[in-house]
Amino acid sequence: MYDIIIIGAGTAGMTAAIYARRASKSVLVLEAGAYGGQIINTPDIENYPVEAHISGYDFATKLYEQTAALGAEFAFERAEKIELNGDVKTVVTPYNRYEAKAVIIATGSSNRKLGLPREDELTGRGVSYCATCDGSFFKGKKVAVVGGGNTALEDALYLSDIAETVYLIHRRGDFRGDEATAKRLADKQNVKFVLFSRVTALIAEKRLTGIEVTKNDGTVSTIDLNGLFVAVGRIPENRKFGNVLELDGAGYAVSGESCRTITPGVFVAGDNRAKEVRQLVTAAADGATAATEAVKYLNTL
Amino acid sequence: MVVKVTTENFDEEVLKSDKRVVVDFNADWCGPCRMLGPVIEQLSNEHPEVKFVSVNIDHEDELAEEYMISSIPCLVVFKDGAEIRRSVGFKPKDALLQLLG
Repeated sequence: MYDIIIIGAGTAGMTAAIYARRASKSVLVLEAGAYGGQIINTPDIENYPVEAHISGYDFATKLYEQTAALGAEFAFERAEKIELNGDVKTVVTPYNRYEAKAVIIATGSSNRKLGLPREDELTGRGVSYCATCDGSFFKGKKVAVVGGGNTALEDALYLSDIAETVYLIHRRGDFRGDEATAKRLADKQNVKFVLFSRVTALIAEKRLTGIEVTKNDGTVSTIDLNGLFVAVGRIPENRKFGNVLELDGAGYAVSGESCRTITPGVFVAGDNRAKEVRQLVTAAADGATAATEAVKYLNTL
Repeated sequence: MVVKVTTENFDEEVLKSDKRVVVDFNADWCGPCRMLGPVIEQLSNEHPEVKFVSVNIDHEDELAEEYMISSIPCLVVFKDGAEIRRSVGFKPKDALLQLLG
């Protein structure tokens, strides 16, 4: 039995592991994909204290090496559920059942999809969820960004320097995202706003060639495109843990700043927690808090 | 071992290969690609019956264009000169084993 199992090897999870190991607790970190989480897609991090510039890959790798050197164990297995049996928590993966006295859920979030037919099949064939990752494939081409938040606006701005034309498709007339970014976009000659509209179909043979757009009044039109960048928000990865968490309307795990949940001995850290700011440094902060609280909990057993 | 392949030798190394070939389209600036690299290397050592090659899309934009790569990492599986499967994004080893078929 481990003292603490941490689900998710992103910034929150690995920081939690560092704090837990420094408190001499045994730690297992479970990760379904690559260590590092969402940050590995970021080419250049410029807002993390001390390092003026670091790539997401280097950040994640340094954090992983630091965590592993402190003696945290890693298993690259997907946590499917948490079972409670008295004070013992069992985390079930497709291959193993791991027991712990405390669990920190640091599973982060994933891209929200449009939910259109063929969307999965066309991902990587013209449909993308990451402008900074895939933008360079669309030099001098026609692309669209769908969404109205900061990510959508920043993606459109980034792509406007690469692509020939950028359509920004949004279901409302105003943006949730930063007004200053929206103004900068309005000044760009090659950015076209398609407002009060939704993407209602993907047009493709082998590869995306266009989209069908439906205006709120029901008018349907098509736009010829090479690429569609989907930026309609993210989904917290809490769905498998509904038995131990209280979720808010958007699916985020409710906890105070203590990172404690409704289940004693179960903590939550990072982007899947209900909070105002989701940044690299707040993910790290959550990891520190959750681990410290978990250690406190272990000492009461 | 994973061999680097270019536009010049793609025909020879991939399309005319007797073995099934997994082509890893990647770039140095792509974090998930760098995560995937060691997994591919490991698979290549464990599966000598499959050939694993790597294409840097920044140097080989013709190949990226020809195979309609618009997101990386992208793994394309070839058999007898034709694409049979592809996978986009970082995937753990188990998922890649399924891709090999």
